[in-house]
Amino acid sequence: MMTSFLFRAMDARAGVFLAIMAAVIILVPAGNLLVPHGSPFHVPTYAVTLMGKYLTYALLALAVDLVWGYCGILSLGHAAFFALGGYAMGMYLMRQIGTRGVYGDPTLPDFMVFLNWQELPWYWYGFDMFWFAALMVLLVPGLIAFVFGWFAFRSRVTGVYLSIITQALTYALLLAFFRNDMGFGGNNGLTDFKDILGFDIQADTTRAGLFAASGLALVLSYMICRSITRSKLGKVLVAVRDAESRIRFLGYRVEHYKLFVWTLSAMMAGVAGALYVPQVGIINPGEFAPANSIEVVIWVAVGGRGTLVGAVLGAVLVNFAKTWFTAALPEIWLFALGGLFVFVTLFLPKGILGTLNDGWSALRQRRNSSGQEDGTGGPRPQAKQSEDAPASTPPPVPAMSRAGASHPQPAE
Amino acid sequence: MSNLKSVFVLLCLVAGLVSPALAQSDTASLRSLVDALAKGKYAETEQQIGALVATGDPAVAPALQALGAGDLYFRKSDAQVFIAKKNGKRFTLTDPLTLEAEGDAGKREIKKIKVNNKLRRVIRAALGSLTLMASDPNVRVAAAGAIFKAQDPAGIDALETALAAETDDNVRLAMEQAHAAAVLNSDLDEAQKLAAVETLSEMGNREALSLLIGVRSNSEGAVRDAATHAVEKIEKSIAAWNTAQNIWYGVSLGSVLLLAAIGLAITFGVMGVINMAHGEMVMIGAYTTFVVQEIIRTSAPGLFDYSLFIALPLAFLTAGLIGIAIERGVIRWLYGRPLETLLATWGISLILQQAVRSVFGPTNREVGNPDWMSGAFELGQMTITYNRMWIVVFALLVFAGLMLVLKKTPFGLYTRAVTQNRRMAASMGIRTPWIDALTFGLGSGIAGIAGVALSQIDNVSPNLGQGYIIDSFMVVVFGGVGNLWGTLVGAMTLGVVNKFLEPYAGAVLGKIFVLVFIILFIQKRPRGLFALKGRAVEA
Repeated sequence: MMTSFLFRAMDARAGVFLAIMAAVIILVPAGNLLVPHGSPFHVPTYAVTLMGKYLTYALLALAVDLVWGYCGILSLGHAAFFALGGYAMGMYLMRQIGTRGVYGDPTLPDFMVFLNWQELPWYWYGFDMFWFAALMVLLVPGLIAFVFGWFAFRSRVTGVYLSIITQALTYALLLAFFRNDMGFGGNNGLTDFKDILGFDIQADTTRAGLFAASGLALVLSYMICRSITRSKLGKVLVAVRDAESRIRFLGYRVEHYKLFVWTLSAMMAGVAGALYVPQVGIINPGEFAPANSIEVVIWVAVGGRGTLVGAVLGAVLVNFAKTWFTAALPEIWLFALGGLFVFVTLFLPKGILGTLNDGWSALRQRRNSSGQEDGTGGPRPQAKQSEDAPASTPPPVPAMSRAGASHPQPAE
Repeated sequence: MSNLKSVFVLLCLVAGLVSPALAQSDTASLRSLVDALAKGKYAETEQQIGALVATGDPAVAPALQALGAGDLYFRKSDAQVFIAKKNGKRFTLTDPLTLEAEGDAGKREIKKIKVNNKLRRVIRAALGSLTLMASDPNVRVAAAGAIFKAQDPAGIDALETALAAETDDNVRLAMEQAHAAAVLNSDLDEAQKLAAVETLSEMGNREALSLLIGVRSNSEGAVRDAATHAVEKIEKSIAAWNTAQNIWYGVSLGSVLLLAAIGLAITFGVMGVINMAHGEMVMIGAYTTFVVQEIIRTSAPGLFDYSLFIALPLAFLTAGLIGIAIERGVIRWLYGRPLETLLATWGISLILQQAVRSVFGPTNREVGNPDWMSGAFELGQMTITYNRMWIVVFALLVFAGLMLVLKKTPFGLYTRAVTQNRRMAASMGIRTPWIDALTFGLGSGIAGIAGVALSQIDNVSPNLGQGYIIDSFMVVVFGGVGNLWGTLVGAMTLGVVNKFLEPYAGAVLGKIFVLVFIILFIQKRPRGLFALKGRAVEA
């Protein structure tokens, strides 16, 4: 059952993606651990960590693409789920410090001793066990997303209104986590981790392991997303995105479909956050900043919304650019990022991958029409790709888009 | 303590005015009385103070004041008395009667005239009665206030004589209150004390309250009952004033929100455009103020008080033109795609922020308050600062002006037509693209004006706008899109609710509650408090 479910996700493009991911997952840690220092093929540890961070970002972008690209829910609060997953993992890592903290308290994390807390708050119970923390990584973002989505989708809050209240959600969480008496370390967050599952968190092998885990999580999530979007469920989601009312009139319970992908996407974001925290070694309320969530959206937009692989591509590309710019030309980075937002929305509404797809299918069409007998060139992908790309985005021509312009909501 | 200081300042002023007239006749005898302070022990000092007071001459007040504060010294060589202030290693000497500088002296050359607590009380009372007869009513009020604070029964007689001669109503009131306070601390009979409690309970502020609480625990019988009753009454009135103060703070916050959100209400309401760069328009307005003030500082310092009036039109134009440029350059290509508009304007906001950061630097810039915007005044028991008050007034003016523009001008008519039915408006010959650009410019320009106002109460930094953007959206969404009255009500409601939650939940938690409340509210009324009804929604 499960295998057939995942098997459905396979096609040529998924194959290429999986092959690349497999190579990355194997080669990067191998290049770090097996190739000796000094060799040109040696991958330094900081690069492993950096790429691991990119992979978790890619996973977050994948989660956003699932809801935005396929279901039309523009979330400006996905960093909140990311950070919640991160905090769940951070709490586990804090408990693992044990007596090695500055104050040497066996149960209380340092910041609680510092704040004169006498005992562990109830919501910290259980986080000394990895399985419990791992469960919470999924459940906490999932539950919050479920409750939020339950209210939002049932009362049919859509479009920009939904975007704004997701932003308010992450903003509220940001303010809450800044408070010291919440018991999550306040301003400083959780940091100074020692080990994870008994392995030293600073060790090269652990870093390589975390990298591989991030890669695997990304692959697995990709397979899940891919099988969902290619299933009948996925078709309904795309239909909801393009014509919500019509789908409702056809008898589908739109809010259930939305709630399902929304919650799933939040859980994926939580996993991404959980893998992010041990690699960067800190989680603080800054991760909840609304600006972060919006940045994730631009990764997806750059790569191409509604393409899954595009989200991964966009996340890696933009973050690589960010790393490079902030080191080389820190002044320029915000100009570049801001320009990217404008450029992509104006000139590349389908993102890199969507635009390539269009070009590719146009080329193929021309070839097909010139040589009719040559029918073996793979008719399936062409149809598939045009389904995947968002159909609701009209080309950037003012005359065409003017008709329904007076409303913040999509025409339906 | 600060009250005593202000009394001292006033005393100095009075003494400075009066002393030249008195100088011919009395200075010699006064000086001998003052110099007498240098001799003898506490008991004698008390008599000498009495003698000084008996002259009834306000010119001795500075000397007594300095004595009480431990600043009165005598020179060992000639036993002359001075007010001495430590200045580095030496003391600067001032003549206690003429208040003229008398050079300085080393630590060894002078000796402090010692006082104890009993003497200090005597001095306080003496000062009170001395100045109760002063010619300046402010001095008399301050003197009564001093007695009120000291609750000194010794002041009762002086107060009664002063009351008999007093003509100014305000001063009378202050004196009566001081009298009541002194009576309650004395061993006079019950009837007088009851009258005093009555006086204090009418006074009704915190000082009276703390005094009466003291009376309640120190007395018995009818006085105690009366005090208990009065305390309850005052507590009630103070609670009412607190509520009023909270409402004022709320209105003040609400008007800030209104200023920040009103431009957004126009662009969002009329054009359905989510302008994430709106906060940056506010920031640009604030920086315009900064630039205007800089230019004024360097070239025409006299105009500083008018700097805000000069900055207002400039900020409107700057932000408005940038807004029109954004609309023409980016947003018009994205109509009908609200989510993309949101992303593109977010990008613009990043660019504008970084641009301002590159030009003006990342740190806060100082924007000064003109004179008429600084300071505060008291209304009942509330303190109202002028800058907050002007911002409330200004926000309401902007709102009224905008209403006027939208309701009474042809441009407003076109704008409303486009809001209600774009295609119909276009069919009637309205050039909707122009209206879009101008409306966007108007919304941005108003954000710029808001920036001028906010520069007076907030830090002017490149991040200024970001702090307001989410709140502004909350206001617009809460109030309902496309309805300025909704924005007004939304802003004021959120402001007041926020300020009322703060004492119970703290500032941050209060804000979180408000956000959660709005999130829940949107579930119930997805289109806000005052949603547009009818065809406009369906189209």
